[in-house]
Amino acid sequence: MADFTGTTSLLEQRQGGLFRFILGELKPKGRILTPFNLISIPVILLGLVLIALRFAFGLGMATNLSQDFPWGIWIGFDVMTGVALAGGAYVLTFLVYILGIEKYRPIVRATILNGLLAYMFYAGCLLIDCGRPWNAFNPFIGNSFGVSSIMFLIAWHFMLYMVACLVEFAPTIAEWLGKERIRKLLSAMTLGAVIIGITLSTLHQSGLGALFLMAKGKLHPLWYTEFLPILFFVSSIFAGLSMVVFEGSISHKIFSNRLGPEQRSSHDGIVRGLAKICAGTMFVYLAMVALVFIHNQSWTYIGTPMGQWWLVEIIGFVLIPMMLFVRGYRHRSTLLMRIASAMALIGIILNRLNVSVIAFKWDAPVHYIPSWIEIEITLAIIFIEIWIFRWVVNRMPVLNNLSQPASNPNRQSGANNVAAKESV
Amino acid sequence: MTVGAAGGSALVSGSVQGAQVAESEEFNAVLVDTTLCVGCRSCEEACAEAHGLPAPDVFDESVFENERTTTTEQWTVVNRYGGDESELFAKKQCMHCAQPACAAACLTKAMLKTEEGPVIWRAEKCMGCRYCMVSCPFDIPKFEFNSPVPTIQKCNQCWDRLQENEHPACVDNCPEGTLLFGKKRQLLEVARTRIAEDPLNYVHHIYGEREVGGTGVLYLASVPFEQLGFKTDLGNTAFPEYTKGFLYSVPFILLLWPAILLGMSKSRERNSGTDREEE
Repeated sequence: MADFTGTTSLLEQRQGGLFRFILGELKPKGRILTPFNLISIPVILLGLVLIALRFAFGLGMATNLSQDFPWGIWIGFDVMTGVALAGGAYVLTFLVYILGIEKYRPIVRATILNGLLAYMFYAGCLLIDCGRPWNAFNPFIGNSFGVSSIMFLIAWHFMLYMVACLVEFAPTIAEWLGKERIRKLLSAMTLGAVIIGITLSTLHQSGLGALFLMAKGKLHPLWYTEFLPILFFVSSIFAGLSMVVFEGSISHKIFSNRLGPEQRSSHDGIVRGLAKICAGTMFVYLAMVALVFIHNQSWTYIGTPMGQWWLVEIIGFVLIPMMLFVRGYRHRSTLLMRIASAMALIGIILNRLNVSVIAFKWDAPVHYIPSWIEIEITLAIIFIEIWIFRWVVNRMPVLNNLSQPASNPNRQSGANNVAAKESV
Repeated sequence: MTVGAAGGSALVSGSVQGAQVAESEEFNAVLVDTTLCVGCRSCEEACAEAHGLPAPDVFDESVFENERTTTTEQWTVVNRYGGDESELFAKKQCMHCAQPACAAACLTKAMLKTEEGPVIWRAEKCMGCRYCMVSCPFDIPKFEFNSPVPTIQKCNQCWDRLQENEHPACVDNCPEGTLLFGKKRQLLEVARTRIAEDPLNYVHHIYGEREVGGTGVLYLASVPFEQLGFKTDLGNTAFPEYTKGFLYSVPFILLLWPAILLGMSKSRERNSGTDREEE
């Protein structure tokens, strides 16, 4: 058996030392000249060069930002949207670890990994966007606490949440390294990290909306409301879950060789459950939007171009995907639910971009349009994140976590895990 | 967790203190009587000289053709309004709000409302996030987009000169007496007196007395302020107030959420009667 020899060699490697094991894992697995690699490698390399140039010559060289538009898509898309779409991690850990819904356990590790990487990269975009990043440690040290700033809260919460995500993900790393004792120790910290993670997420997801409370008069009245924080929080729930559904449908194809039979059989049920939650939160969100709309008597704006654009966002990419989720759930159509999730994602991208870029100073004579460099660097960052995600998934027990309590009360040993992993 | 909770409680006490600073009117301010301004731009020249900015060509009348805003190299600009017979001029610069949105927005306290009155920017603190620019209702902070070591540029009411008991350069160099420096309370008295003594020549409103919670620059005018390029729809609420509700909710969520979540998790375990899976 070919896999058996593979297993022993790996075990020998492991006995030879952790360092050599990691070194071996660093080598690429699988084909290198795939279409994805051929596209992403040049984009990443060009992106890195452009990032270097941006630091050498300033933001003006790379971006179309101006005195009227201090924030562009690096904030509006990478940070605002990226963080909303990474909301799946806190919602799923809530479902699995707090409510104890075991059905979702097979996807919880992948979602946490996604959340961790999303925060590292998209929040990391803040550093590229910051004009004076060498002072970025100031909010964390000394006497420079701008405690009345929403941005202060977000900076701290991003940092703490990354730590929480790392703690949640750490048992997977320990399992990969075959350190059973450390894994147990780290696992004992999971519930605490989950609780802190959910609390932090509640606050910084809504905090991203609260950032624009002081943009009163600059943000179009259809989007500006004192309830922005609550709307951002509620929408982050279905944004995150839609991302889980959407991303899951892709990675199930790409990483199908890493899936155990349980993951395969449970997939449709998971999608169906998530679709139900999405539809529910979207209904709540729509109800809130409607209340704000009526309360602010915003119908006077509906006739304007911005009003119609608002309708596109709310009806086209919230109401319709909600109805598709319901329909997909009723007819057990995974395809329909996937389409719904994709549309919901577009809706979230539209909403976050509207608040931060498009409806921000909508009446300015010259409006901001992102430069090709801003888009290029954004793409490069997304590709780097996908590379790291792929690297981790191909090595660590992320998708094929065998230690599922519902079906496997007796946890399999590390060696068994390795055997299963190498039989790929 | 403790760190987070501490951060949260600090958040609230901080914002309360921020509000207290602003209530009084005993801080330095400038009164701009636009009825006296002749558009000589001496203030622009003096400002550039005091802060090492490029000297403007004050005899170039063409600058009045378009309404200008302040830039990274011009902390104050004079604009011309009205027709040919009735030329009116208004100076534009940082308003030095009593409760500045920019300072409330700043996560490193680089943008700071000093007790003396001026809102100043400190390079060694700023991380360049530009949230001050998003928040400022008057769009005053300007950022050097074309520099690898960018700074925020805006009027600091001649903070350095104030330390040496001198008045701001623009005030000292105004030949027409348009600008007056003093405590805001005193300047309000002056402004009210001028309106009372010459009610036909003045609009009965002091711009900046209450706008966005009161500003450190006050304006008098002979025509409605929107005709002089002023934003008149900003309201009288101080901008940091808009975030206060959210900031107040932070410590509650920070303390209540973990308790609720832990309770939910524990009660679920008890009901199901199984041990918690350590996964």
